[in-house]
Amino acid sequence: MKPRKDLITIESLSDEDIHTILDSAVAMKEIFTKSVKKVPALKGKSVLTLFYEPSTRTRSSFEVAAHRLSADVTTFTLSTSSVVKGESVHDTIDTLMSMKMDYIIVRHKNSGIPAVIARHCNASVINAGDGAHAHPSQAFLDAFTIREKYGEIAGRRVVIVGDILHSRVARSTSLILRRLGAQVAFMGPGSLVPPGEHTGVARLHTWEEVFTWAPDVIYLLRVQNERIESPFFPAADYHQTFGVTEERLRRIEAQGMSIMHPGPVNRGVELCDAAMEYEHCLVCNQVENGIAARMSILYHLTPGTLSHD
Amino acid sequence: MPTLNSTDISTALEQWADVIAARADAESLGLVGLISHGDVLARRLIAALEKRQVQARYGALDITLYRDDLDLRKERPALRSSYLPFSTDGMHLILVDDVLQSGRTARAALETIFEYGRPARVELHCLVDRKHRELPIQADYAAFTLESAEKVRVHLQENDGEDAVIY
Repeated sequence: MKPRKDLITIESLSDEDIHTILDSAVAMKEIFTKSVKKVPALKGKSVLTLFYEPSTRTRSSFEVAAHRLSADVTTFTLSTSSVVKGESVHDTIDTLMSMKMDYIIVRHKNSGIPAVIARHCNASVINAGDGAHAHPSQAFLDAFTIREKYGEIAGRRVVIVGDILHSRVARSTSLILRRLGAQVAFMGPGSLVPPGEHTGVARLHTWEEVFTWAPDVIYLLRVQNERIESPFFPAADYHQTFGVTEERLRRIEAQGMSIMHPGPVNRGVELCDAAMEYEHCLVCNQVENGIAARMSILYHLTPGTLSHD
Repeated sequence: MPTLNSTDISTALEQWADVIAARADAESLGLVGLISHGDVLARRLIAALEKRQVQARYGALDITLYRDDLDLRKERPALRSSYLPFSTDGMHLILVDDVLQSGRTARAALETIFEYGRPARVELHCLVDRKHRELPIQADYAAFTLESAEKVRVHLQENDGEDAVIY
């Protein structure tokens, strides 16, 4: 893989980069089975998690990944309200530069902030989700999980169900899967699924169409908390129309399809309780593979803080 | 360019297997090849040992994450999967590599192997010893010693389509 400082989007990666990161993730996952679940590859390196948006899973997944590579991890806590202005991001960058961090993992509710930080500091910046723009590490763990399950991604069919329009997961994951040769379709509430002519991704309208299309994987997006129980978005209605109900689960089982979800799952909204126990529900695999994929990303990036020549 | 051909290499492997068979503790012998040529040599040695009624476990190690020069490289090498499906506790392990030179790979391998358990004994065997050591590490067995060679390249059938040592 060519030297690369940052990971902001899947678009910025070559096919070779994508394959290298996925291949190395396999070797990273094997570290979990050793008696010492750690390797010295990033010993003495500093990793900072800078989350302007609340997140438990992604942040801890990156932290575990960094620890398993023997890096030192610092958590930077920020109040969301004080950082909406672009200026304060620049001030934060100055602070980070002084802390001599080698890797900075950023999540921000505004698209483009990780790219701004990346341009202004020599640490490697990893986008851990920016607005509705991109979430590349999620894309890698999803691709890794599907590849692990099916051996190959090319030719597999994946339908992504939910609020596609506002989802960085839908954007990054559909992109990486299509780059790797999968067929992707979207399904969700009418106004929240962009038409196919804009995305190049086929749009399905109902579960009937989904079952007819016969995907290998049904990928449910999380319904944002603020939308649940709003008068326009009652959870029970969403579950009946777009969720995996017990009746749909039986059809999914009959066809042997896999279920994926980026977590945390709203039980009774995207998935019924029984779906979580289903043998081809890959949600827990996604969590474990998330650590391996993030280890591989951290390992393959080259911070500008390392001295060369 | 002088070359060792496939006959030289297979003769050497037979002698090598004799040496291992003579001093191995057959109860707990493991041959751990260093990827990406040592693993091939380890597999061949295990086959040769079987003919001598000596059983050895097979392992393969990718030592990349333990290298001491990761920060000196602009690109991080792609990783290969290690394969060590047994606890190394109490084992007699033989690390198998194609070329031993600086000793830095062997150092990394030693560090790696101890994260899989506590072996009773670890030896270092290689196909070619080039000397020029940079660390206090020596081979317990070397099939060939090519001290004056400028450059040594090992080709093995399984990886490169032919058996040859070119120096």
